Amino acid sequence: MKRHAELLLALLGVLAVVLVAWAVPWLRFVLTIALAKGLAVLGILLLLRAGQVSFGHALFVAFAAYVVAFLAPLLPETLLLLPVAALGSALLGLLVGLFVVRYREIFFGMLNLALSMVFYSVLEKFYAITHGTDGIRLAPTRFAGMALEGAAQGWSVLLLALALSLGFGVLVRLHLASPMGQALAGIKTREPRLEFMGVPARRVLLSAYVLSACMAGCGGALIAMTTRHVTPALAYWTASGELVFIAILGGAGSVLGPFLGALAYELTRVYAAALVADAWQMILGTVLLLVILFAPGGLWGMGRALFARRRAA
Amino acid sequence: MPHPNPAAPLAPGAGLPPLGRRGVLQAGLAAGSLLLAGRTAQAQPSRPQEIKIGIATYLSGPASVFGVPGRQAAEMLIDQLNAEGGIGGVKLRPIFVDEGPGVDHVVGEFRRLAQSEDVDLIFSAISSADCLACAPLADELKRLTILWDCGTQRIFEEARYDYAFRTQANATPEVLAALLYLLKMKPDFRSLAVVNQDYAWGRDSWDIWRTAMNTLKPGVRVVAELFPRFGATDYSTEITRLLALRPDVVFSTTWGGDLDTLIRQSADRRLFERSTFVLPLAESSMERVGKALPAGHIVGARGDHWFLHPNPRDPELLRRFTNDFRQRFGAYPIYSCHHMAQAIFATKAAYEKAMQAKGGGWPTDAELAQAFRGLEFPSLTSTVRIREDGQGLEDQIIGTTMATDAYPFPVMTDMVVFKGESITTPAGQKSADWLKTLTPAMLDQMPQPIAYKP
Amino acid sequence: MADWLAQNGLLLGLATLDGLSNAAAIFMVAVGLNLVFGVLRVLNVAHGSLYAIGGYTAASLGLLLAASGLPDWLAFPLLLVAALLVGAVLGPPIEKLLLRRTRQHEPVLQLLITFALFMILEDLQKLVWGVQPVVNDTPLRLLGTVDVPFGADVIPFTTYQLFVLPGVALVTLVGLAWFLRRTLAGRMIVAVTADAEAARAMGIDAGRVMLLTFTAGAALAALGGALASPTVSLVPGVGAQTIVLSFAVVATAGLGQVEGAALAALLIGLGRAFAVYFEPELEVVIPYLIMVVVLLVRPQGLFGVVETRRI
Repeated sequence: MKRHAELLLALLGVLAVVLVAWAVPWLRFVLTIALAKGLAVLGILLLLRAGQVSFGHALFVAFAAYVVAFLAPLLPETLLLLPVAALGSALLGLLVGLFVVRYREIFFGMLNLALSMVFYSVLEKFYAITHGTDGIRLAPTRFAGMALEGAAQGWSVLLLALALSLGFGVLVRLHLASPMGQALAGIKTREPRLEFMGVPARRVLLSAYVLSACMAGCGGALIAMTTRHVTPALAYWTASGELVFIAILGGAGSVLGPFLGALAYELTRVYAAALVADAWQMILGTVLLLVILFAPGGLWGMGRALFARRRAA
Repeated sequence: MPHPNPAAPLAPGAGLPPLGRRGVLQAGLAAGSLLLAGRTAQAQPSRPQEIKIGIATYLSGPASVFGVPGRQAAEMLIDQLNAEGGIGGVKLRPIFVDEGPGVDHVVGEFRRLAQSEDVDLIFSAISSADCLACAPLADELKRLTILWDCGTQRIFEEARYDYAFRTQANATPEVLAALLYLLKMKPDFRSLAVVNQDYAWGRDSWDIWRTAMNTLKPGVRVVAELFPRFGATDYSTEITRLLALRPDVVFSTTWGGDLDTLIRQSADRRLFERSTFVLPLAESSMERVGKALPAGHIVGARGDHWFLHPNPRDPELLRRFTNDFRQRFGAYPIYSCHHMAQAIFATKAAYEKAMQAKGGGWPTDAELAQAFRGLEFPSLTSTVRIREDGQGLEDQIIGTTMATDAYPFPVMTDMVVFKGESITTPAGQKSADWLKTLTPAMLDQMPQPIAYKP
Repeated sequence: MADWLAQNGLLLGLATLDGLSNAAAIFMVAVGLNLVFGVLRVLNVAHGSLYAIGGYTAASLGLLLAASGLPDWLAFPLLLVAALLVGAVLGPPIEKLLLRRTRQHEPVLQLLITFALFMILEDLQKLVWGVQPVVNDTPLRLLGTVDVPFGADVIPFTTYQLFVLPGVALVTLVGLAWFLRRTLAGRMIVAVTADAEAARAMGIDAGRVMLLTFTAGAALAALGGALASPTVSLVPGVGAQTIVLSFAVVATAGLGQVEGAALAALLIGLGRAFAVYFEPELEVVIPYLIMVVVLLVRPQGLFGVVETRRI
C-alpha cells in the first residue's frame, strides 16, 4: 500500500473515532482504551516482524500505569506524567531487553511472561504500598495546567491518545522502512545471515524491544488516565495474551492493523458483553477463530483483499 | 435543571434534535438500543415506564460462585416485586453485566449502563477494586450506585460520595465479630496461624484481625502467616506445616472453591482435630462441603445471613425466601443472595421514602440519593440502616458448627448476633485507628449465644 | 548450618514429602503440554481448559458412579476413563479441524487458535458444569490416611497424595520414556520433535504423528485434571491458573523433553514446598524464579538441545 494512502486512511480513522465519540458519549471511554491498547499492540507488531512473540508486554503497560498512579499526587500534570511513565517503561524495557533478546521464540515469549507474572506478584505482595488487587485510585490530574472534569477530561485523554497513535504509527512506519526495520525482518527469516553481514541482531532486536516497551508504557499511562483506577490485573498473563490476540486480529501487515484490531476487539467485547453477559468470551473466541481460519491476514489483510478485488473488477 | 446531565457541557447530542443524532448513529453502527446516548433533558420526574437497574456481578471466573447466586436472587426478587406491582406502580428491569474481565471492563460497562442504557440505578459490585473504581464514577455521572456486596472498608473511610451507598457492612465488622466471638468462646487460645488468599481481601482481613487481636488480647503467638496463591488447588504443604505447628486457632477468610478445597483437604488430614478454625465466610461453602466441616469450629456469613437465623425480624419472609430460592435454583441461598435482597429492598424503601417526601411525585436522581442517606430498610433477617456517610449498619451472625440429622451439612449453634452499630467503625474514623481503641469491656456487652433449635 | 539442620531437619523431611506430591501433580499437568509443544511446535493455551474439563468429567462420572450403586473401587479406573474420553472426544477435532488447517501459516497463528479455543472452552465449561465448585472425593476417602512420624508427633498424610499421585506420575514418566525410545510410534514422535522436515523425508507421516501426539497430550492434560479432581474443588477459571504453571515447566524443561518436564516439576514442586516452610511470601513466584535462573544458565532449557543454525 502506498504511504500516502495509508496516511489518508489513518486520518480518516481519526475522524471516525472523533465522530463516534462525539455522537455516542459512552463509547468515548471504550475508544480511548482501544487506542491505548492499540499503542501497546503496535509494539507487539514490531517484535512480530522479527518473528518474536512477547507474552509479557502487559508488564510495561502495568508498570507505566502504576508510575502514573504513584506520581499523580506529586506531579498532577497529564502532559508530564505521560512522558515520565513512557520513559520509565522504556528504561525497564532496556533492562529486561538486555536479558531477553538473547532468547528466541518460545523462550523469548515465556521469559517475558515470567517477568510480567513476577511483576504481578510484586504488586500483590507489596500490599502495604500498592493496596494489592484493590488497586490505586488515580489522584485528580491537570491537563496543560487546566483542571478538567467529566466529559472534558475524557476528551482530553482521547485526543492525546489519538495524537500519540498517529505519532507512533508514523514513527514505526518509518522505522520498519529503515535499514533497522529491514534487519528486524531478517531476524525472522535467517538470523545468522544478518550476523554474517555484520548486523548485530541482538542490538536490532533490543532497540525494537525498547521502542515497544515505550509504546506499551504510553498505552498503560493512557489506560490509567482513562479508567482512573489501576490494579495488578493489568500485568496478568491474559492481559499480555490479549495484546497478541489484538495484533493478529488486526493484522500484522500495516501499522494501522493494531489500531483496527484494538477497536474491533474492544467493540466486539463490549457489545458481546452487552448482548450475552454470560458468554462474551465464547463470542470473542469464535470471532478470533473465524478470523484466523478465513482471514489469516487479520482485518487489515481482509480489507486490503477486498480493496484489491474491487480495483481489479 | 431537573435532571442534570453530566455530559451536557460537551455532549453535542443534547443540542440536536433526536432524529438527527439517531441518523448519525445508525449510519455508524447498527446495534440499535445499545447506541442511544445518555439520559438527556427529558422531563425525568414524571413516572417512568420502568425502573432500569444495572447490576454488576461476577458471571465468569472463580467469584461467580457468589455472583451467579446473587444474580439468581435478583431475578427472583424482581419477578416477585413486579408481580406485586413493582415500586410505586413501576416495574423493575435488571440488566446484568459481568465483573469477570476486570476493572477497566467494569468501568466501561458502568459508563454504558449510565449513558447508553440510561439505567436509574446501578448495583456495583462484588469486587472491592470495582467498587473503589465505580464509587467516584457514580458522583461524576450523578447516577445512583449501590455498592451491593464488596467488602473493603476503605470506600467511605477515605472519601465522601453523594451518589454511592452501601447496603451492607464492610470488612471491619465482618472480621471483628469473628474475633470477639472467638475471644468470648475460647478465651484461652495462645497461638494462631493464618491461611488467607494472596490478594487484597486476604491481606486486608488479616490486617484487621491482627490489629484488633493485638489490642484486645496482646501476646498471642502468630506461628505462621500463609498466603497461598488465589485460586490455589493444593493446600497440602500449608496443611502439613499447620499439623506440625499445632496452633490453637487457624484463621482463614478464604472463600469459594478455594475454601471448599481448604476445608476438604484439612478434613482429610484431620487438621480440624488439632486446631480450632475460624472461617468468617464459611456459610457460603457449608452446603457444598457438607460433613467434611466437623462440629466445633467458628463460622460466619458476612452479615446476619443464615437461613436458620435464631430470631429473624419476619420469620415468614426468611422462610419464604429460602424456600422459593431452593425451589427455583436447587440450593440454599448464600450471603450474596441476602446482599442482593438488601440492595433491592433498599431501592424500594428509598423510592417510597422519596415519593412520600414529595407528596407522591416521582423523585429525581438527586432526591432519590437524598432518600438513601439515613435510610432504614428491612433485610431478610433484620433491619439495616444506611449511615450519614453512606455506610450500611448490618448485624453480624457468628456461630459454632454442629452436626444434625436434619441437614446433610453442619448448622450453626451458639449463635451470636452482633448489632451492626456496636462493631462498626464510627463514621469519620479509620478502621486501623479505631481498632486500636477497643477495650475488653466490649466482650461484656456481647449478646448471649443462642443454641440451635431443631 | 549443622545447628539449623538439627533444628529443621524434620521439617525438611516433611517439606520434601509435600514437594514430591506437589511435583507429581505439576508433572502430570505439564507433561502433555511439553509433548505437544515438541511435536507440533504449538504452545497449547487450551491445555488448561482440557485439564479443567478432564477434572470436571472425572468428578461428574464419579458422582454418577456413587449414585449408581456400583462398587466404589471403580472410581479409580474411572479417572483414567474420563481422561481418555476427553482426549478422544476433543483432541482429534482440535488438531484436524483447527491446527492442521493453519499449519502453513505462522506459528503464532496456531497459538492464537488455541487462545481462542481457551476462551470458548472456558464459557462452554461454565454452561455444562455451572459455577458452583464441583468435587468428588471418593477415591481419596477409600484410601484413607498414613501417619508419618514427626519427632514425638505424627502427621497424617492422605494415601492418595503420598502414593497414588507420585505413583501415577512415575508410571507416566517411565511409560512415556519407554514408549518414546522403544516403540516405532514413539521413535517417530522423537524424530518429528527433532526435525519435522527430515522426518518427513525419511517417510514418516508427520501428520499422523501430530494427530496422535495432540490426542495423547489432550488425554494427559485431562488425566492431570482427573487426578486432581478428588482433592480440588473445580471452579470457573481453574484452567487459566493451571496453564501459566505448565508454561513455566515447559520453558524450564526444554522443548518436548519428558525427563526435562519431570525435573522441572520436581524443582518447582520442592521449591514451592520449601518456600511454604521457610519463606512463604516467595511461594507464588517460585516457578518463575526457577525458570529465569535455569534459562540464565541453560538458554535452551534443562534438557533442551541447541538447534543447529540454518543459514
